[in-house]
Amino acid sequence: MEILKRIADALQQGDDQRVGALTTEALGAGLPAGDILQQGLVAGMNVVGEQFRLREIFLPDVLLAARAMYAGLDLLKPHLAAEGVPSRGKVVLGTMKGDLHDIGKNLVGIMLKGAGFEVIDLGHDVAPEVFVDAAVREGATLIGMSALLTTTMTRMREVVALVRERGLAGKVRTIVGGAPVNADFAREIGADDYACDAARAVDRVRALLGA
Amino acid sequence: MLVGDGAWGTQLMERGLPAGQPPEWFALEKPETIEEVARLYVEAGADLVTTDTFGGTSFRLELHGLDGERDRINRQAVEAVKRAVAGRALVSASVGPSGHLLEPFGDTSPDAVEAAFADQIATLASAGADVLCIETMGDLTEATRAVKAAKEVAPGVPVMATMTFEPTPRGYFTVMGVSVEKAVAGLEAAGADVVGSNCGTGIGDMVSIAGVMTRATRLPILIQPNAGLPESRDGQVFYNETPETMAARVPELLDLGVAIVGGCCGTTPEHIRAIRKVVDSLNRARQV
Repeated sequence: MEILKRIADALQQGDDQRVGALTTEALGAGLPAGDILQQGLVAGMNVVGEQFRLREIFLPDVLLAARAMYAGLDLLKPHLAAEGVPSRGKVVLGTMKGDLHDIGKNLVGIMLKGAGFEVIDLGHDVAPEVFVDAAVREGATLIGMSALLTTTMTRMREVVALVRERGLAGKVRTIVGGAPVNADFAREIGADDYACDAARAVDRVRALLGA
Repeated sequence: MLVGDGAWGTQLMERGLPAGQPPEWFALEKPETIEEVARLYVEAGADLVTTDTFGGTSFRLELHGLDGERDRINRQAVEAVKRAVAGRALVSASVGPSGHLLEPFGDTSPDAVEAAFADQIATLASAGADVLCIETMGDLTEATRAVKAAKEVAPGVPVMATMTFEPTPRGYFTVMGVSVEKAVAGLEAAGADVVGSNCGTGIGDMVSIAGVMTRATRLPILIQPNAGLPESRDGQVFYNETPETMAARVPELLDLGVAIVGGCCGTTPEHIRAIRKVVDSLNRARQV
């Protein structure tokens, strides 16, 4: 559909008013909200994520695109519920205790919401038990952890251990990211996966949750 | 060429930072630990020693409920380093980013961050900082507002201002998309006395960044690389550039005319000692 392509383009340009207007237009034309989400907003955000990963664009562009995405998503939400479009899954995100850097984690949250996941963002400076308690309370099936400091990344191990201790292994998956973190580290601490950036995080979460 | 110091965060963590507290906690509760680290860097050969005030703005301290202690933290951090260096090195007062995104991308106004920088810098200067080091900036508006705040409240104190760049297919940019040339031009126009680059990359990329900088400005340049990239082995995290691999690239920075070389994340007194050795031998060779 041509209008979905225009929504994706407007989103990439960070034009929130235009995304809102086009989304309203598409709904008015009777297009399913699920299609507008996937082929318009998510398609546009995927391009933005890939361009940011390659540093063809920078953080300001991503933030403007995210704002535009929310402009469309807010309009779609009641229609998605009415159409019975299921959430792809619920995930809990946060930055490790002692770590106040959260731009990377926020980006992951934006991209996951854009991809149709429900995101519970616990913010920064999050203690291990808070991650696990929130996952249980919210019925989330994945915990995403971020760290920018070598001193806080080691706490990720405690979250993974706590998930096992509480008998949640296999029910609540764990994925880690952040500048000092890599796949070897994820394996060493027993996390289910690692993602090097926000766009990859969406791919890895989809794969982990089969969504 | 002058030599800066290395990382502080890791040194302080090793000396028992309570969980959930920022490194600035030491200025408040254990200034003697700051003196100990400062002495290690002076003894390793640093000409400038940084204060543990990177997160000393109200924006950062309020995250830990320490905003009420802001004045005391910044003052005691400068005084502790001053006591330790005892005239053997300059006290370089660190000023880091607010951690907030400025309008229109975020919700924080440039005036609000400038006011927060002015409050912090006024204390650092009155406590006796020899030079200010505005560092790890990604947003040029925030960086220039910090420089302006410094020039407003502490006109007599020289200002060094460095941003953090990463390699991209089109060259080096900050995460907010500021090129090296734009950064230097903006910081110079705001009144910085020294410009430069810190954090983000190891020394190899820093040599390239310094090359772009020397063509873009005649101001003295400050370069503070990380000790490479963090790696993990057996659950332990370490940075992959040894003192020797870092020091081996220092002659290239000197050839480019870089004025000050120090270290950022992952660097230790041993890295500074190795850099000192190379700088001394190069300085001697130049005098002959």
